[in-house]
Amino acid sequence: QLKKVKKQKVLLMGKSGSGKSSMRSIIFSNYLARDTRRLGATIDIDLSHVKFLGNLTLNLWDCGGQEAFMENYLSQQRAHVFSNVGVLIYVFDIESRDVERDLATYVNIISALVQYSREAKVFVLIHKMDLIQPTTREETFERRAAVVRRKTAEAVGIMHKQKPEQLQPPPPVDIDLQLFATSIWDQSLYKAWASIIHDLVPNLSIIETQLTSLGIAIDADEILLFERTSFLVVSKWTSREGERNPYGDRFERMSNILKSWKHTCSKYTGTPRNAEQFSDFEYKMGATFSMFATKFTTNTYILVCMPPGEARFNSAKLNVAAARPWFKFLDGPVVPPAGQ
Amino acid sequence: KAPDPTVPQTKAKPRLLLMGQRRSGKSSISSVVFHKLPPSETLFLESTARIQKDSLNSFMEFQVWDFPGQIDIFDNPNFTFDMDAIFGEIGALIWVIDAQDDYLEAVARLNTTILHLQRGYPHINIEVFIHKVDGLSDDYRLDIQRDVTIRIQDELSDQGLENAPVNFHLTSIYNHSIFEAFSKVIQKLIPRLGQLEAMLTNLCRTCRFEKAYLFDVNTKIYIATDSTPEDMASYEICSDYVDVIIDFTEVYGSWPRSQQWRDRLEGEPWSQPLDDQVACEWAESGMVLAEARRPIMLREVDRFLALVAIMKEGSYEKMPQINMNVDVVVKGLTEFFEITKNKDVVAAP
Ligand SMILES: Nc1nc2c(ncn2[C@@H]2O[C@H](COP(=O)(O)OP(=O)(O)OP(=O)(O)O)[C@@H](O)[C@H]2O)c(=O)[nH]1
Ligand SMILES: Nc1nc2c(ncn2[C@@H]2O[C@H](COP(=O)(O)OP(=O)(O)O)[C@@H](O)[C@H]2O)c(=O)[nH]1
Ligand SMILES: [Mg+2]
Repeated sequence: QLKKVKKQKVLLMGKSGSGKSSMRSIIFSNYLARDTRRLGATIDIDLSHVKFLGNLTLNLWDCGGQEAFMENYLSQQRAHVFSNVGVLIYVFDIESRDVERDLATYVNIISALVQYSREAKVFVLIHKMDLIQPTTREETFERRAAVVRRKTAEAVGIMHKQKPEQLQPPPPVDIDLQLFATSIWDQSLYKAWASIIHDLVPNLSIIETQLTSLGIAIDADEILLFERTSFLVVSKWTSREGERNPYGDRFERMSNILKSWKHTCSKYTGTPRNAEQFSDFEYKMGATFSMFATKFTTNTYILVCMPPGEARFNSAKLNVAAARPWFKFLDGPVVPPAGQ
Repeated sequence: KAPDPTVPQTKAKPRLLLMGQRRSGKSSISSVVFHKLPPSETLFLESTARIQKDSLNSFMEFQVWDFPGQIDIFDNPNFTFDMDAIFGEIGALIWVIDAQDDYLEAVARLNTTILHLQRGYPHINIEVFIHKVDGLSDDYRLDIQRDVTIRIQDELSDQGLENAPVNFHLTSIYNHSIFEAFSKVIQKLIPRLGQLEAMLTNLCRTCRFEKAYLFDVNTKIYIATDSTPEDMASYEICSDYVDVIIDFTEVYGSWPRSQQWRDRLEGEPWSQPLDDQVACEWAESGMVLAEARRPIMLREVDRFLALVAIMKEGSYEKMPQINMNVDVVVKGLTEFFEITKNKDVVAAP
């Protein structure tokens, strides 16, 4: 059954300078990482409505992180900010000098969230990982992640002890928390944001079913579907052979590659970054593999990775073009044709 | 008998020597260009304590020697360097100057070095990289370049060495400029470069290409281009295209598929080995830019080299014919490099 347009309130929080506005600008407004140096501190809350595919709107609340603002969110604006939240994205700066204080603020935010939006998902991004020596990144992240998990559990625990009777409905026993190590200087940002987006996309199971049919029909090894502006992976399908691919980070890597290619094109042609920059791409690597990427529906690009072979390649291209109508519903709240 | 140092050794691989003050960026440059280190990670590089020698096996074998900044090889009381071993072979000296720092001492040391080299090894090209120019305004960059050039040229003419082969490049590891500069440096070391350029110029004419480059895929250095004027923007987009292809190749082309997979693809209804199912044994790729539907194409020539070209508006429809012409040129290029490989690398007499 097809769902109608969904609106999702997404809170973006964390200390001032932690990188919230930077990541938002890169993912949704086509900034380059180095352009973010020009961003000023966010004053109060910067609200934006990001259209994602035809039937999802993200109401992105970029909450300026200076202390005075944070206090205000937790007091005067508490109900306003924390009600009806679908997702909280909390950003920690790994280089922050005052970790204890950051964590204390985080605990307060979690308490407020649990109080007003008990179903909300929480994504914690440990950010600016590029500033940590490559060899110790994983360890540094794991250590910090463990602390955040513990603090999150404590925050929920405190809610239970202090005022369960005041809260209707009662606070959850546990919250849905995912942690990511991120940096605006590499693909890690795309991994985190693709996960954030993934659970919000309506009709995901239909998309997945259709991709599977398409993949099998054209004998592909992998198909990726990207949202056209952010180049986040909306959905993917991989064949049994494709599952043997040892590059587990390939999806965010593809997003990153195509997005920076888009920048290159825009610089070369002098057209705006948000404009469509390329239409068709083909790459045949001898008898190893072939691939193509093309504008698919109004809101998506598709990338298909195939076994080698001219005939197979040509027929796959025709079939992908023919499959476009099955995916029309990605562009708006319309029902896919019967029989699909 | 000892070889005459003023005549370049002919058997050798061309050698690039990286010299300059400490922290001027030599190791960063060689890591970014030759080892694909992301520029931001050069912040973690340790200071170089001894000469770092790299051998690069590419379309042409060459060596890169990264010198520690604190050692002055011409004025070292503790140790005498074997100058012939360092400078006796054909190549270039790349002198790196940190443009964000006070550079007077660097320029003074460079001057002494040039004087030494001009006496003993006049065949060595001297390439001055005015480096770390990211973050400096365009005007300021040109001012520095002018200032450094004058300081060096004045000194040379005082010594009566106006014709010393000294060239200047503005570089940064944070953009394409460092690759462009290396391209220029390396092109001077390629025998029969003119012939290569003529082949590319011809290709552009017959296929109506706007610009064509022959890339060393691993380093993204271009070793030749057609005769149309230099154009940084075209080089950048072509070089980024090579990057895209390298990334896709790594992710999808660098691991072995199973025998089962192959058996299925070679069985009914195709009944043909995979090698026979493809049109071209090397990588070939094309992409259409949305603006004016202008295509870019890439064709691998061999394991190391790829031809990349920007085409004119609307030529996408003529791809089959273009591909035939490209086939011919690729064949010519293959022959060119086979001949070069078999002969020793010799500087033009
Ligand atoms: N090294 C590094 N710097 C980053 C990264 N992400 C953001 N920055 C830099 O951090 C600075 C602050 O970023 P903003 O995005 O404005 O921070 P903010 O969280 O929105 O701050 P407020 O709006 O005051 O809450 C900018 O100069 C960014 O370029 C990262 O991953 N690595
Ligand atoms: N801004 C900027 N910094 C650079 C550039 N190239 C190198 N650096 C930095 O300069 C410092 C010294 O570099 P290094 O390669 O170790 O110098 P070496 O002693 O000459 O080998 C490092 O922190 C690099 O990150 C550049 O093009 N721009
Ligand atoms: Mg901000």
